[in-house]
Amino acid sequence: MASVEELDQIDSTRFDVLKELGNIGAGNATTALSQMINAKVDMSIPRVELLEFKDLSDIVGGAETIVAGILLMLEGDIDGMMMFMLDRLSAHRLVSLLMGVEISEGREFSEMEISALKEIGNIIAGAYLSSLSTLTSLKIISSVPYLSIDMAGAILSVPAIEFGKVGDKALLIQSRFGEEGENAINGYFIMIPTVESYGKIMKSLGM
Amino acid sequence: MGQMIRVGMADLNICRSPDAITTLGLGSCVGAVIFDPAHGIAGLAHVMLPDSTAVRNNSNIAKFADTGLAELYRRMMAAGASRVGLKAKIAGGAQMFAFNSNNDMLRVGDRNVEAVKRKLAELGIPIIAQDTGKSFGRTIEFYPQTGELLIRAVGKSVYKI
Repeated sequence: MASVEELDQIDSTRFDVLKELGNIGAGNATTALSQMINAKVDMSIPRVELLEFKDLSDIVGGAETIVAGILLMLEGDIDGMMMFMLDRLSAHRLVSLLMGVEISEGREFSEMEISALKEIGNIIAGAYLSSLSTLTSLKIISSVPYLSIDMAGAILSVPAIEFGKVGDKALLIQSRFGEEGENAINGYFIMIPTVESYGKIMKSLGM
Repeated sequence: MGQMIRVGMADLNICRSPDAITTLGLGSCVGAVIFDPAHGIAGLAHVMLPDSTAVRNNSNIAKFADTGLAELYRRMMAAGASRVGLKAKIAGGAQMFAFNSNNDMLRVGDRNVEAVKRKLAELGIPIIAQDTGKSFGRTIEFYPQTGELLIRAVGKSVYKI
């Protein structure tokens, strides 16, 4: 079992492996998203970071940025959480694209739209996780999707608390995706394995 | 107009009037303010977890309700606050996701609130106002000058407790 101390001393080879995992996972998820909205979606090179809690929300533009966070709890060989985050504007755009209706960006989401967002998160996170599972031959069981539209800091407190039980930092595999232009959809995949799962991932890949 | 002192997640600090103290985007964490109205001193802890004895890695004492509030109290005393007349205001401890399970781990917001209340009672500090639980995030600002705790939440106008 990898300890938190070991996580702090993660070497560059292991970092690269995690990055590559993030890359493949996000690649699959981006393809799923692209098919869903029938448009090209670009993806950034993933960042793998060991972050202190206080810096966690900076990755999505600050603690008070309003985002839609779709969370899946992971069980099986890999424990942890998978989060798919969209800024509020992008969440509105995505729902509007999928449901084929104009949605005014200022107003609250309806029941139907919330349900659609959850399903989008489910499909996209599922694509991410299935590629990860295939690659590592590890079983990953995900929960039903949970949605919260609120301040990024408040939403990220949920995974942060889980990490808080074992350490003072969180390991993040993060990829940003988005399209160019006016109707851009910007969001993040955040894969948050527990410390124990991180060890299993490495082992399954012969590291 | 004083400065605004910012407290991060799993962090604590104190301030003196006319300065004010804030923490952003509280979710399931609890923001606990202890203040001494007579001396204009206030402390704020951004508590993440209820109990330092329940986890192995507990080197950051600001992270827990028990050790964090004890440290905040100590810092207040060191800064010249008087034991008598200390008051507390607390906010946060929300459940951000509507988990359909009774898993204890997922009710951490409630458990944080309970733990903060327990520790404040132990320190003999009365809670004179609170805005806890529910399912939304909060940014809080405390002004020792007026004793007001300002709360901002998404889709709500700013309110004071």
